[in-house]
Amino acid sequence: MDKAQIKAVIAARAAKELKDGDIVNLGIGIPTLIPTYLPEGVNIQLQAECGMINAGGAPAPEDAEPAHICDAGGSPASILTGGAFIDSSMSFTMIRGGHVNGTFLGALQVDEKGNLANWIIPGKTVPGMGGAMDLVVGANKVIVTMEHTAKGNHKILKDCTLPLTAVKCVDMIITEMGVMNVTDKGIELVEIHPEFTVEDVQAATGATLIISPDLKPMDL
Amino acid sequence: MAKIITSKEAAALIKSGDSVMFGGFMGCGTAQNVVNELAKLGTDNLTAMCNDGAKTLPDGTFYGISELIHNKQFKKFYATHIGLNPEVGQQMNDGSLEVVLIPQGSFAEMLRAGGAGLGGVITPTGVGTIIEGYEYVQGKVNYDGVDYLILKPLKADFAVLKGYKVDKAGNICYHGTARNFNPMMATAAKTVIVEAENLVEIGELDPDNIVTPGMFVDYIVYDGGNK
Repeated sequence: MDKAQIKAVIAARAAKELKDGDIVNLGIGIPTLIPTYLPEGVNIQLQAECGMINAGGAPAPEDAEPAHICDAGGSPASILTGGAFIDSSMSFTMIRGGHVNGTFLGALQVDEKGNLANWIIPGKTVPGMGGAMDLVVGANKVIVTMEHTAKGNHKILKDCTLPLTAVKCVDMIITEMGVMNVTDKGIELVEIHPEFTVEDVQAATGATLIISPDLKPMDL
Repeated sequence: MAKIITSKEAAALIKSGDSVMFGGFMGCGTAQNVVNELAKLGTDNLTAMCNDGAKTLPDGTFYGISELIHNKQFKKFYATHIGLNPEVGQQMNDGSLEVVLIPQGSFAEMLRAGGAGLGGVITPTGVGTIIEGYEYVQGKVNYDGVDYLILKPLKADFAVLKGYKVDKAGNICYHGTARNFNPMMATAAKTVIVEAENLVEIGELDPDNIVTPGMFVDYIVYDGGNK
């Protein structure tokens, strides 16, 4: 798979996790592709932490109002009919208060306890946590969508080595190789992409996987 | 009663060493005219509080507070995200700027607490992470089996806000996501300056739609057709 195919596989599988009516916050990168793959009849409400619920996509250039309506990356955005603009306190009342059904976001590292690291590489890159620390603590379900490894290096580990975003917060990991649930006993592989074997996935993972007795091909 | 002044006059109120809150999220909802004048004056040694470092556009135009960062006018910067303005990281790494990172939802509530007379914020966000050692974390409590961090309120000498429609009494209506942190900052600073995109007469705003009442506002900035 090339990079574009990897992203498409992850986003398409992630979209299957959504139910009609879900209120969802999407992180930057792969998560922003998820709405493209929503199954027929599944409509979701996107919460954008910069201050809107029922966020729409990028507007036509002539409709853009960059001084007034932006997405969480600062790019011109739009709002759907029935949406609402909110201040930052209300935005995080939705997020931290458990009113958002799910958040999908990328990670630098995830470990078998569900710890997540995605905001700082000390001495190198310090983008800041933005809304991520609140999102992973407050959203009902936290799903990490990411490439399984970074240039061959493990990202799914026994213990995160980078500073954490939050402890024990990740529920599910979706990569191009498969779908994994974070359980009390460790990371359970529940779906596998047909291009890979269980041995391939284990070799690309820095924690010992629990292989589900019910292991299925990835639902794409 | 709020006084109507120009952006140049507003920028001149802020002195070297002051603490200043800037509304805005990636420049959306930032009082750009006041920021531009502050950049011209070069007022330095500021302690700034703003969600992010905004960005410099591909054509080199400064946006949001990015010129103030470029000019090294801040000595300390409270923010939640700095990744889209590489100059913040560079200055942080070379030691010329002290950056204090705060989770975005905590930042919003620390501002709200600062304005609401509360002694702090108690939040589960950040528990078990390195922010437990950051300067604004005052301790940890456990209620009903859940750990929480206790965070300090934020206050400042100035809040610099952007309003979409502002009446001559300083009542503010916002538009779009440009609202963001402006309403909380309006309550948390000694002197509050709002840049009005549109200035209207008292009575023109529907009281139901006013988000920030004029009682919080000291100065209305209007240069006659602000963008």
